[in-house]
Amino acid sequence: MKEKKSFLMIPLVQSVLAALLCIVLGLLIGYLVLLAINPAGAGEGIVAIIKNFWNYPSKPAQMKYLGNTLVKTAPLLMCALSINFCYKTGLFNIGAAGQYVVGAGACLYAALKFNMPWFACILMALIVGGIWGFAVGMLKAYANVNEVISGIMLNWIGLYLVNMLLNGVKESTSPYTEQIGSVNKGALIPSAGLDKMFTNNKYVTIAIPLAIIIAVVIWVVLNKTKFGYEIRATGFNKEAARYAGMNEKRNIILTLVIGGALAGLGAAFLYLSGYEQWSVTQSSVPSMGFNGIAATFLGGLDPIGTIFSSFFIQHITSGGSYLDKAVYPSQIADLITSIIIYLCGFVLFFKLTLTGMLNRRRDKSGKSGR
Amino acid sequence: MIHLAEAPYAIEMLHITKLFPGIIANDDITLQLRRGEIHALLGENGAGKSTLMSVLFGLYQAEKGEIRKDGKPVKIMNPNDANDLGIGMVHQHFKLVQCFTVLENIILGVETTKGGILQKDEARKKVMALSDKYGLSVDPDAKIEDITVGMQQRTEILKMLYRDNEILIFDEPTAVLTPQEIEELMAIMKNLAKEGKSILFISHKLNEIMEVADRCSVLRRGKYIGTVDIKDTNEQDLSRMMVGRDVKLVVDKEPPKIGDVILDINGMTVASKAHGNNAVKNVSLKVRQGEIVCIAGIDGNGQTEFVYGLSGLEPLASGSIKLCGQDITHWSIRNRAKLLSHIPEDRHKHGLVLDYSLEYNMVLQRYFTPQFLNGGVFLNRKAIREYSDKLIDAFDVRSGEGSVTITRSMSGGNQQKAIIARELDKEHQLLIAVQPTRGLDVGAIEFIHKSLIEERDAGKAVLLVSLELEEVMNLSDRILVMYEGEIVGELDPKKTTTEELGLYMAGAKREEVRS
Repeated sequence: MKEKKSFLMIPLVQSVLAALLCIVLGLLIGYLVLLAINPAGAGEGIVAIIKNFWNYPSKPAQMKYLGNTLVKTAPLLMCALSINFCYKTGLFNIGAAGQYVVGAGACLYAALKFNMPWFACILMALIVGGIWGFAVGMLKAYANVNEVISGIMLNWIGLYLVNMLLNGVKESTSPYTEQIGSVNKGALIPSAGLDKMFTNNKYVTIAIPLAIIIAVVIWVVLNKTKFGYEIRATGFNKEAARYAGMNEKRNIILTLVIGGALAGLGAAFLYLSGYEQWSVTQSSVPSMGFNGIAATFLGGLDPIGTIFSSFFIQHITSGGSYLDKAVYPSQIADLITSIIIYLCGFVLFFKLTLTGMLNRRRDKSGKSGR
Repeated sequence: MIHLAEAPYAIEMLHITKLFPGIIANDDITLQLRRGEIHALLGENGAGKSTLMSVLFGLYQAEKGEIRKDGKPVKIMNPNDANDLGIGMVHQHFKLVQCFTVLENIILGVETTKGGILQKDEARKKVMALSDKYGLSVDPDAKIEDITVGMQQRTEILKMLYRDNEILIFDEPTAVLTPQEIEELMAIMKNLAKEGKSILFISHKLNEIMEVADRCSVLRRGKYIGTVDIKDTNEQDLSRMMVGRDVKLVVDKEPPKIGDVILDINGMTVASKAHGNNAVKNVSLKVRQGEIVCIAGIDGNGQTEFVYGLSGLEPLASGSIKLCGQDITHWSIRNRAKLLSHIPEDRHKHGLVLDYSLEYNMVLQRYFTPQFLNGGVFLNRKAIREYSDKLIDAFDVRSGEGSVTITRSMSGGNQQKAIIARELDKEHQLLIAVQPTRGLDVGAIEFIHKSLIEERDAGKAVLLVSLELEEVMNLSDRILVMYEGEIVGELDPKKTTTEELGLYMAGAKREEVRS
């Protein structure tokens, strides 16, 4: 009994349990929504969402579509890491969405207009994303502008700037940017043989392992370095950090620059795989940055946990497209995944509740036990 | 009228035992509070006072024992139950909403509303009446984050009075009050008791207990030592019961061996965050090697801002600071920290990152030095651990799990010891100690006082900011009194009296000071 209790008190176990609880609840509510709209197909619908690539009967097809999910997991993971990193300093980087957008604009423009090679395009996305973060950081550090406000505004500024910019490299007959594969093959991130593992899915590139490596690096930076020590101290207690002589302004700016660079990098990881083209007529900020918030919290605010949570959220999002369009309107997939993602944000809440419950039970059982 | 000694018990805690993993926090403790009495609860940090109070408040459930209200057994499962029984408490660490006003904090949870609209006027009247009646001056419209610790405490006391609680628990209520305010509070407490309210007075200050309490119960390391009638005891006996050995209440010290000027402040002025005026006005002073200079004053007279200006937390509006012959007026906090150590006033706000482990807090001022880094980037965990273990050992910092203990879970006294260990071990010429013994027990105070004297005797310059008259009189070689941001008097502790000091602190007396 004692062993079991202490097992449940381990923070890692709690994080995982809370995350699983969120997932189950999210799926349950999603199922209820499907039931409410059309009871007939609800069971099948929710199963289709959960199965995602397993909806295909053949193993090669499954691998291929698993590859597609992974292609979109990489950018999501990067956005989640961006938010995670800033959150440790006590900053809520909702501007990750905009940093992602300008990253996309920068790498696509570099690839299509200037015919730069892939690594240079990645670098451009990273730099421009970082600049977007820098703007938020400067405003926060020197004018005390709330990072959420400036972040949201910069999201829109970024979106329309990018739309304007990419208007110059779009296909003449569609609102989409030209295909990198046909204009500048050198700008595509290399696969290095990974495509073979996923039934020749050419979109599977080294971006995916790279994103995972970056997650590990972020973990190391946060937990093992002097910079991480300062960042977390600032996040826990800004005043104490100041008392200890840490340069708060510099750290705020630097954190947001790194956060912006991570989100920008995420965009490069997606658009330089050739999987998606940018639509210059889009009038909403891509949800990738916002989904990153959910992924961060579902991952227990831990870079390693975020790897798994990002995959799960992308899995569900992709799975939504397998809903029977004849039974459910096409938006329903987005609705269901939104509900699940929304509930993922409650992971901290569940964790606290869980700890509280365990503490109370320990107090009570201690009493009856004596 | 019933004689106090025969008054019925308002609250009884009988044979309370509370266990935590590895610790018996309360071991068969009995505490009986009579109606209309002031009952002191005395014990060192970690003696189990807080746990006992948490049991009374329903935050913890005791493994054994019973609680009775007016002779009837009651179950207190949560703080709401405690509230329903009329038990109120002023906590040592205030439970106030920083961005709310004083008034809003007082009515929080018991707001009067009409059709869902707050009726603040009525509440304001009641609060102001209470404030006048008990001399607890507060500005009802000031935000908590802008007011001094002293006023925050007064808000807490008003909160309890506002709720018409019958059983009042004061947890270290006088720690931050001025001598005059303490006198007033003592009078208030006596008044309240006369009106039939029962008061549980948790304190380390023996003189206050002697003055105000009727009876005193003593705890030591989780055990119940006994309950004594105050009229049959004295301070020495109480401290022996509390600590288990004889404690020196007066500090021994040699005459100072004064050396060169270390700190030379000229015309320092610091702006106030709370109001438009300057908090520190044209302050000039010198501190030399081998002396303890004490800034005495009532809380909120600019001491806090003075220290902020000196340590670099706030910029100076004008004036200059010379430290070890160098002009540090425009130096960063980190550069100043190379020459000075700073034991901050608020250990939770500035002194510690509470969510960090103890070892991480031990290196808070030196994590960036080569000693604790590998390759200038990575933290050297081994070096940090060894250093932390060394300090824990040398300064007897007690915690559940040593270096890896989360600092938040440690007792206030040991948190303070950790800060003192860190600041004293760091290289420095000047030590700034701001209320270093606030809220600590006699044993810890003795240790800290000894440490400060040792600093002085080692030739360091020590600047002590204190609100405790006794501490000021005992420790300092020179006393500078601060009133409304100015130094209004320089006194020699050997030639002055607490009364005279009190007059200066209250602004009733002043002289031109050239330091």
